[in-house]
Amino acid sequence: MQTEKLIRQLARSAEPVRPIASPSRRLAAWLLIAIPFMVMVVLIMSPRPDLVERLADPRYLAEQGLALLTALSAAVAAFAMVVPGMSPRWRLLPVVPAVMWLATLGAGCLADWRRLGTEALRLTQDAECLLYISLIGSVPALFMLWMLRRGAPLRPGRTALMGALAAAGLGAFGLRLFHDEDLGMMVLVWQVGSVMLLAGAAWLAGPWILRWRHREARA
Amino acid sequence: MPGPVRSPCEGDEEAPKAEDALGQLMAAAQGGDSRAYEALLCALSGPVRNYVRRRAPWLGNDDLEDLVQEVLISVHSARASYDPARPFMPWLAAIARNRIADHGRRYGRRNEAMRRYGEVSETFSLDEANNSSEDVITAMSIERAMEVLTPAQKEAFRMLRVEELSLKEASERSGVSIAALKVSVHRATRRLRQRLLRKG
Repeated sequence: MQTEKLIRQLARSAEPVRPIASPSRRLAAWLLIAIPFMVMVVLIMSPRPDLVERLADPRYLAEQGLALLTALSAAVAAFAMVVPGMSPRWRLLPVVPAVMWLATLGAGCLADWRRLGTEALRLTQDAECLLYISLIGSVPALFMLWMLRRGAPLRPGRTALMGALAAAGLGAFGLRLFHDEDLGMMVLVWQVGSVMLLAGAAWLAGPWILRWRHREARA
Repeated sequence: MPGPVRSPCEGDEEAPKAEDALGQLMAAAQGGDSRAYEALLCALSGPVRNYVRRRAPWLGNDDLEDLVQEVLISVHSARASYDPARPFMPWLAAIARNRIADHGRRYGRRNEAMRRYGEVSETFSLDEANNSSEDVITAMSIERAMEVLTPAQKEAFRMLRVEELSLKEASERSGVSIAALKVSVHRATRRLRQRLLRKG
């Protein structure tokens, strides 16, 4: 097909589109759906009985705060990555909170070990973490996917990874509002492990779920 | 009687527009103004063609135009991601770079497939492999398909795909430049594929 013919065809088929908002505004829009859904799951599962007590524990607050910060910064990074011409530095945004989250959990493991000895490092089966994190992250992830598909899939794998990190990070944050597992090693392996697993799966699936929609344009 | 169909880009490519003007045209296009959109795409096609030519100098005219069209279609499908408050050219360049890189990856995969195909064709040419009539027919159809190639394309295909010489070695042996060899082998691959797929 001649380029001029294509241009005429594209111009004829162009419907009005709403320009996508800035990454921070899109984060706010995402949270409007993601937070109520997370709260709903927490309420259905019923919040942990010691939640008020935990909210006075600096370690719990630091771990939860950094999990939430990792999720939010990953969401902003994902939204920035689908806007062509945005600085590549945006994608580094979640690195610092994520490293601090892992470091805090690592320090927690050490503190548990000093307090409880080798018992603190014993792993027991807690695979339902993956299930609950997936459940809490499901609606936020689908909404995130819909939002990301409105942009340009320049780096589909890494964008999907960031989107999944946002949704699963929020899932890990919500999980600890009703699941009373606070041992550093257990949180690190089962909860952070689940987040990593989901983010890794999204990274692999990225090129399939975020792709240029050329067929529609040529139609 | 209807008059001749007006070319949408008549005169536009010669007059490059300022970046602000392009951003304004895109903003109007986002609002559904198809005339502004047509003017924008016309204004972009020249610079995009030059950009692609600079970044992928080995492409033949057909492939170059395919890639220009792919960039324009990507601009179309990503037009909601342009923020009228931001400069237009970095937005366009990011899309063009991405499409050129994708095209390069596809080109590499295609060449790898043809390299393997070359191995198969080489295998069929060995006496010990020609032990069934089916193999002989396959080898014959490959030989016949090669007839559509020009002598330069045939030579480039044989050296780079069948003998697996590097571009440098092939260039030294034949005295043909590396750029010309790339063009020849790419065209040969395309013509062979067209020929064999049509037959299959």
